[in-house]
Amino acid sequence: MVESQIDITAGPPPDAPPNAEPVEMLLNMGPQHPSTHGVFRMVLWVDGEKIVAVEPHIGYLHRGSEKLCEGEQYHQVITLFDRLDYVANFNNELVYCQAVEKLMGLTVPERAEYVRVILCELNRIASHLLYVGTIGLDAGAMTPTMFAFRGRERIQALFEAVSGARMMHNYFRIGGLKEELPDNFEQLIRDLLPLLREDVAESDKILTFNEIFLSRLKDVGRISAEDAIDFGFTGPCLRGCGVEYDVRKAQPYSVYDRFDFDVPVGLDGDCWDRHWVRIQEMYESLSIVEQALAQMPGGSVASSLGRRLIRPPAGEVYARAENPRGEMGVHLVSKGADRPYRLKVRPPSFCNLSAIKYLLKDSWIADSVVILGSLDIVLGEVDR
Amino acid sequence: MPPVGWYQIFWMVVGLLAMFTALATVVLSLVWLERKTLGRLQLRLGPTRTGPMGLLQPVADAVKLILKEDIIPDSSDKAIFWVAPVIVVVSAFMIWVTIPGSEGLVLRNLELGLFYITAFAVLGILGLVLAGWGSANKYGVLGGLRSAAQLISYEIPVIMVVVSVGMLAQSLDLRVIVANQAQIPYALILPLGLVVFFIAGLAEVGRTPFDIYHAESEVVGGPFVEYSGAHWSVFFLAEYINTFAIAALVALLFLGGWSWPWQSAALSWLPALPPVAWLGPLLSVIWFLIKVYAVILVVFWIRGTFPRLRIDQLMAFAWKVMVPLSFYSIVITALYLFYDWPAWTLTLMSLAGLAVVGYLVYRRMMAPVRRVAEVKARQAAQLAERRAAREAAARQGSR
Repeated sequence: MVESQIDITAGPPPDAPPNAEPVEMLLNMGPQHPSTHGVFRMVLWVDGEKIVAVEPHIGYLHRGSEKLCEGEQYHQVITLFDRLDYVANFNNELVYCQAVEKLMGLTVPERAEYVRVILCELNRIASHLLYVGTIGLDAGAMTPTMFAFRGRERIQALFEAVSGARMMHNYFRIGGLKEELPDNFEQLIRDLLPLLREDVAESDKILTFNEIFLSRLKDVGRISAEDAIDFGFTGPCLRGCGVEYDVRKAQPYSVYDRFDFDVPVGLDGDCWDRHWVRIQEMYESLSIVEQALAQMPGGSVASSLGRRLIRPPAGEVYARAENPRGEMGVHLVSKGADRPYRLKVRPPSFCNLSAIKYLLKDSWIADSVVILGSLDIVLGEVDR
Repeated sequence: MPPVGWYQIFWMVVGLLAMFTALATVVLSLVWLERKTLGRLQLRLGPTRTGPMGLLQPVADAVKLILKEDIIPDSSDKAIFWVAPVIVVVSAFMIWVTIPGSEGLVLRNLELGLFYITAFAVLGILGLVLAGWGSANKYGVLGGLRSAAQLISYEIPVIMVVVSVGMLAQSLDLRVIVANQAQIPYALILPLGLVVFFIAGLAEVGRTPFDIYHAESEVVGGPFVEYSGAHWSVFFLAEYINTFAIAALVALLFLGGWSWPWQSAALSWLPALPPVAWLGPLLSVIWFLIKVYAVILVVFWIRGTFPRLRIDQLMAFAWKVMVPLSFYSIVITALYLFYDWPAWTLTLMSLAGLAVVGYLVYRRMMAPVRRVAEVKARQAAQLAERRAAREAAARQGSR
């Protein structure tokens, strides 16, 4: 007779009171679990289907990006930024370029600013569409993924036409853009927009008000506005709690002060509100792209720097921008060399993820997946 | 019972083999159909490369699965790990012994056929729990226990509805039940039963939105997580056979089985056709299969549409909605039979029950939407305010 080789009982969770009961089971989720969005790992202390405590583990995708930045010339750093939040590459590039421009006091050609805004907003839509797909999968529906990816594919085709790459674009340059746009750029976007509006509406319709989806997401992973601010939430996660904070409005950068757009906010700060905010943001982004296209001036997009090696003056600068996942900040220290002396990234995903211990406590195992999905983390950015 | 001779045993073996082959073919067709249907629902084409319209895809899949290494985890309980898929697939096959494909096409018709079917349907759970436990995997254990909880809860409404159908037909013999529906299918007399049976049946075979015991995004395949190769394919086979069985039962119990619309009229002109003895039965089987596949397409359609419920919602739905509804169906059937009311009263009563419960469930599920409306209203107000402020500023500027 085989002895029972399965012992699933676990000790009490690490932060439990000293004489706490042992928990029923220790469940290791990730880094190879299909719905931990990359290589995130959670150790769950579960009591039946209820989560008693969580211990998140990050760092599986740590590549030392910040340290690598210190060894690259200013222009080369852009490629590293592509690889942080790898579904919102243009937005990452923008933050870094803004930091260096701020340090050097550069002005960017007006047309380049508009192109940047258009590309960033399209990238925001692409990123949110990816989110719609993944939250659908997390909640158990496989069709939204396909619907959302159609729209994302269209955007990526445009990105490829513009920058030559579908994901790691390396297109923004300090003080401008890498090269002139394709001749039919405006026409491409004009063709794209109605299709995209349809895609966004469809991925909204297929999921947002689905009865089962609502019951899975509403009142799950609730966080109050105060707690969210304390945890350092930004982006849709914070706005889902009803806080109207958007860097594009609070501290307009680039040419964002010239557009008329709304900042959608939720009410309860639960998973569904975060979802809803993202959906609404896509519509707003579409309207921003439309406005930008209408206002877009002519001229060149090239940087005044050309392809020269740059040595920004010594100094410190902090630049921030509204990424799809929240506020992305870059703190750049220069000592006047051709490489950054120190570069620190404030990743929105990391700050949003920091609440996972608090959010998952006393929820169901099935909820853990949905809550993690609604935070919409990108591990490339969390681990850097 | 008459003494069993070699002759009977021979024909029994032949029949079982024929059933096995037929079911395996059906599973292949279902795999193909599901992939194609889901593909079309999801803006994809589905399989296109293997054979015409990808028809050979399931064959390729099967060959791949059988050739794959069958890994048995070191820490697993080998005997349990090995026997669990066998239990699952045997119980799935055993159900089919008594499910008729037409009047004469049944391996062994039982007078208590429905009783037998419900009994064997529960047996498969044992295999799932054993598979989860024996594979020494926590996800497996979770999935196995989920399946036990889920399938046992949903067994109750299934049995209750089966009982009310049995009451209507005054028999548990599936052939009698179908014969009773020659004029009007029970779907029209007892729509409530159809709805409850279909939903509970979905839960019983672990189909979306009740696929929580092998939920890919939560328990990563649940009881099947450690299985590979032929063992896994056996689970897969059982799952599709069960889906097909539930669809067949829906067709038999509620959609009139192999009886055609205007059957008597059809039969009256059928002799005009070439007088071949097997033509009538063949048409019956085809008509029955059409119904079953229609039901299965609905199952696939639901899979392509809905997310998955959470375990507590699933259990709440079983005990708070499905069980009461199924008891209600017994009560109204009893009333109808006892007082010998006309059939439409039963239809009316079951529709009324469905409408009331459906409305309550809908209200409960859509409750958050009301709060969403609040958000939207607030946002519209903010937007209007901002717009007014901007216009005022513009007016000042122009002045």
